[in-house]
Amino acid sequence: MAIDKTCELFDCGHRACGGCGASLAARLFLKAAGPETIVVSSTGCMEVFSTPYPETAWKVPWIHSLFENASAVASGIEAALKVQGRKEKVVVIAGDGATFDIGVLCISGAFERGHDITYICYDNEAYMNTGIQRSGATPYDASTTTSPAGKVSMGNKRPKKDMPRILAAHGAPYVATASVAYPADFMQKVEKAINTPGPCYVQVHAPCCTGWGFDGSKTIAIGKLAIETGLWVNYEMVNGEVTKVKKVVRKPVEEYLKEQKRFRHLFKPARSTEEIAKIQAIADANAEKYGIDIKLPPKKDAGTD
Amino acid sequence: MALEIMEGSIAIAQAVRRCRPQVVSAYPITPQTHIVESLAEIVANGELAADYITVESEFSALSACVGAVATGARAYSATTSQGLALMFEVCFNMAGMRLPLVMTIANRALGAPLSIWNDQQDSIALRDAGWLQLYAEDNQEAVDLHYIGYRVAEDHRVLLPTMVCFDGFILSHTYEPVDMLSQEEVDAYLPPFVPKYRLDAANPVSMGMYATPDYYLEFRYENDQAQKRALEVVREAGREFGKLFGRDYSDLVESYRMEDAETAIVAMGSICGTTKDAIDEMRAEGKKVGLVRIRCFRPFPAEDLKAALANVSRIAVLDKNISLGAGGATPRGAVALELKDALYGTSTPVLDYIIALGGRDVRIEDIKNVVAACEAGDGDRFYGLRTEVL
Repeated sequence: MAIDKTCELFDCGHRACGGCGASLAARLFLKAAGPETIVVSSTGCMEVFSTPYPETAWKVPWIHSLFENASAVASGIEAALKVQGRKEKVVVIAGDGATFDIGVLCISGAFERGHDITYICYDNEAYMNTGIQRSGATPYDASTTTSPAGKVSMGNKRPKKDMPRILAAHGAPYVATASVAYPADFMQKVEKAINTPGPCYVQVHAPCCTGWGFDGSKTIAIGKLAIETGLWVNYEMVNGEVTKVKKVVRKPVEEYLKEQKRFRHLFKPARSTEEIAKIQAIADANAEKYGIDIKLPPKKDAGTD
Repeated sequence: MALEIMEGSIAIAQAVRRCRPQVVSAYPITPQTHIVESLAEIVANGELAADYITVESEFSALSACVGAVATGARAYSATTSQGLALMFEVCFNMAGMRLPLVMTIANRALGAPLSIWNDQQDSIALRDAGWLQLYAEDNQEAVDLHYIGYRVAEDHRVLLPTMVCFDGFILSHTYEPVDMLSQEEVDAYLPPFVPKYRLDAANPVSMGMYATPDYYLEFRYENDQAQKRALEVVREAGREFGKLFGRDYSDLVESYRMEDAETAIVAMGSICGTTKDAIDEMRAEGKKVGLVRIRCFRPFPAEDLKAALANVSRIAVLDKNISLGAGGATPRGAVALELKDALYGTSTPVLDYIIALGGRDVRIEDIKNVVAACEAGDGDRFYGLRTEVL
């Protein structure tokens, strides 16, 4: 079934920041999911900016219960729909804190039990709703309010947790990563996840201008740079095997880092060559692991002969 | 009426089957396990058309019920003690969202120290969560309160989740004669669940939105109003049950031999059975003693208690829980705290006895000792404290 791109089920007038990557993710996933969808949200930015009582941005049935239980609530919805013989699809949309950290117990249970649900994590790489604290999704060296760069700290000490692989290891038939900077790709992946029976997972990179420190007009550009530097890889896994990867002509990670205040300490007061090299090594490892590099033919030297 | 000798937990499972839940979501924990094992068997044998979700925790057990009920399904869960404590956050959430459910609590003590044995601390600790709480004295009542519980919880004047509490081991693992209603009888009493709102693509609604300070207070007011309305809805449902099946549950508090009583015992749950036997013996000895048993703790039947206790000279409360730190210099349990509030302005002394915690056995002699102590003005203390191990 073709995606109806004119379909708008996430209404305007919500309270997200201008340039919010997460609100774009909401709008896009609903285009792919369509009106026969029940959405479960975790507590977080999206829940708050979209549903200040008595207003709601959601034009599909929507429920929020708690921070960490969205996938358990979705399990109950799916079970009820099954018994009632109903055909609506169940989609969870939750942030990275709700997904990588506090909700892992419930997600693991729901995926192990094999409920027919699609779980979308909008990954903005920190707890944005509470004021930019680190989560298990925060990248190496990012400065957050609980992993601040300081005289003896370069920011977050650990690399991102590999949540997609953890869920693939649960036997999820379809796992994908995506980015709001590539809307068509994201929507196709959501559609695929929804139409694959069983628990499916889509992790969408959702740059946060407020939390990462960039101008709200640059959300898409930043999202693209994450892909182009190899710090975010868009791929698909079917039954645990990587089947499709977005290939790029890679740029140095510095081009991505220098655009964001959360990495400012890597450049000021002095350039930290050592730390930037470590982040470059993370991108290089990603490139190696997923084979994302497009090998260009060697440039011909102009002017000889 | 055909009496059957059944284990309490098995009787509960059979009652739940007759309530036709569409989703069962539960996690094993002693002493609730026999209920959920029995229900699993019932579903496995095709005797109940429910989806049984074998969740990974009590937290998810109740969260899944939130989703199921929001989708318009009747749901069921059961737990106790640590499991109920793990559900704490979901309990408040479910009541706030006005999602009706019946959950059985096989009452058990809370750790530390770890104890699998009975008291009522677990459900009492959640008395502010917005749920209705019904306490059974025996297995017949525990069974019947499930039918009544669904009927009240799903009533549009109420729309609140309900805990049916019965004492772990003392009732859950005890074989007693039970009159098990037929499916047809239960169907005649308990109509299918008709949600006021549900998640439905044909009519989209948003549930569980956040409220600013301009709205939050009003949500809490509405929640409390629903509790207040439940006082009458519980009476109504109990009366209707009595008309159909002969066992009347219209009273929120039961008065036992209270005519001309000078000393009244106030208690909840299975301890009341022992208390009734003790009262019979004391009455035979000429003592004017009676029992006021609280069946419905939430909503709290303050007026009913005030009326039932209007003519006594003194009151002994048996509290199978303790509100640690409450009561100033003396210990206090929740039943006494709330009863004193209900009786505020009267001069009847209320003496509290913290008793039977963590499964400590209570015999007829103990009840007699409490009454003697109360008559001597000696109360507001632990009963049966083994000072030699302190």
